[in-house]
Amino acid sequence: MLSEIALYGAFETGLIYGLVAFGIYLSFRVLHFPDLTVDGSFPLGAAVAAVLIIGGYNPWLATGVAILAGMAAGAVTAILNVRLNILNLLASILTMIALYSVNLRIMDKPNIALLTEDTVLTPWYDLGLEFHEVPVLLFFIVAMVVLFLLWRFMQSETGLAMRATGANPRMARAQGIATGWMIILGIALSNGLVALAGALFAQSQGAADVTMGVGVIVVGLASLIGGEAVMAPRNVLRALLACVIGAILYRIAIALALNADFIGLKTQDLNLITAVLVTLAIVLPNARHSIKNFLSRSRA
Amino acid sequence: MTSSTLKIAFSAFLFLLACAVQADPKVVAVTQIVEHPALDAVYQGVKDQLKEEGYEEGSDVTYMHESAQANTATASQIARKFVGEQPDVIVAIATPSAQTVAAAARNIPVVFSAVTDPVGARLVSNMEKPGKNITGITDMLPLDEHLDMVLRVTPDAKRIGTVYNPGEANAVALVNQLEERLQARGLTLVKAAATKTSEVLGAARSLVGKADAIYLTTDNTVISAAEAVISVGERADIPVFAADTATVSRGAVAAIGFDYYDVGRQTGKVVSRILSGENPGEIPITGVEALSLHVNPAAAERMGIQLSPAIIEEAEEVVEN
Repeated sequence: MLSEIALYGAFETGLIYGLVAFGIYLSFRVLHFPDLTVDGSFPLGAAVAAVLIIGGYNPWLATGVAILAGMAAGAVTAILNVRLNILNLLASILTMIALYSVNLRIMDKPNIALLTEDTVLTPWYDLGLEFHEVPVLLFFIVAMVVLFLLWRFMQSETGLAMRATGANPRMARAQGIATGWMIILGIALSNGLVALAGALFAQSQGAADVTMGVGVIVVGLASLIGGEAVMAPRNVLRALLACVIGAILYRIAIALALNADFIGLKTQDLNLITAVLVTLAIVLPNARHSIKNFLSRSRA
Repeated sequence: MTSSTLKIAFSAFLFLLACAVQADPKVVAVTQIVEHPALDAVYQGVKDQLKEEGYEEGSDVTYMHESAQANTATASQIARKFVGEQPDVIVAIATPSAQTVAAAARNIPVVFSAVTDPVGARLVSNMEKPGKNITGITDMLPLDEHLDMVLRVTPDAKRIGTVYNPGEANAVALVNQLEERLQARGLTLVKAAATKTSEVLGAARSLVGKADAIYLTTDNTVISAAEAVISVGERADIPVFAADTATVSRGAVAAIGFDYYDVGRQTGKVVSRILSGENPGEIPITGVEALSLHVNPAAAERMGIQLSPAIIEEAEEVVEN
């Protein structure tokens, strides 16, 4: 059915997009802020990392600077919303559009190849693992470290204040929380995570391209919702695990779709499949609920 | 020996016999970044060329074909899928798809196609001797021949305009080359950027008064909206030339036939060489050889110039509309 390499590829891409799902969890779920900046901050992270790697800097340093660039982009969106009172969705669309030009300026051309450069993956190939196992190992470690840090952050005072801001801004303000700052910090963190994903993706793909961000938001949302459907996120840790598991499941679903010639599916159907999966994931839990209600009513 | 072991042995024998009689068909896996007339023509060209060289689809060769819907993450999964399937050759159409395959495939022969700048894309370090497991066909335009044509029709032109999408890697590589070639001739290039098809008209208008002639490369975004540039050329009397012949029938003055179907045919030749056992690292990277002149005299008149009888005589195809 699926070859080993295709499965590893799904895990590799899934772990990277798990970071995107973390970011989207922060904006959509914690802060209730529909943030489309990610379609621009994903290639921004790729662009910054690629330019620095080409310039001879250490790839981890380049990845770190990419995270900061993503945070700056997120902060711009949040400031447009918080300080200039622009509707959150519109603010994020404005930043996303602006980032296209910014990314082209940073890269100075639409595509920077990293195929022959030293990346964060290079030293790991000397471990003696199979070629396709290396990225999965490294990105698993990165995803788990980020998950742990996020989990700790969510339990810190700042993290709790951020969750309160999303859950009930009026109440949070009454408790003396600076909700504006919380939104700026949260959206900055969210886009920093997405830029990290972009930086790692460019390094595993061998190129950064300005068109890389197309549909990142949809894939991230699909991963988030799919993971929630499987995991039932009753607490922060489960919600974060759901992000990673959902992202990997989404990629396995794509890998299966690529192999589903026998039922007549083609790659051009992927967008439709994604939409159907997300819809099912949203509807099914509610459906289960209403069926239960229906049964208990009919018994009464 | 029980009867079931006999059965197994016998069927194994039959299977081996079948294998000996008929060799398994070769497997060619094709990945392209997006469905697009030019890129689809490449795929068709590959198949037709292999058929012409005796590879019947089904019996001698089978194809796997996937498009990434312009999504790099999908392209990367397609590349991984193909590497896992271990085909005889992977054909990667356009730069992003070629890069994802190059990152994933270590020992499977890879033939890229429709990549304008293979060295810039780091697919190979050397066009003559690529080394490793990768070779291919570039779609770099024969810009000097094209400029000769433009200057033959409009000898007084000093400023050549072009519309391009700064987000398209291939288009940017072409425009940079174009600028160099024009400077070498003491002429200037006037660039107008359009990031979307809806911006092409405005970009073309910005060239009015700044350019004596317009030359369009094979930029996907701009060619999708070529009519917008042509209408500006007709109103402002600026002759519009193209790189691909299809645009001549849509109203450009002339083009020296660059056709993506030919790119595909050339790619097919390289694939066939690898299927018959050649090492991809030994096959130099070439461009397209077949070139034909297409002209459109009526379009020329609408843009305020006359095509000389000599040029019309030379043309392989004269478009009448």
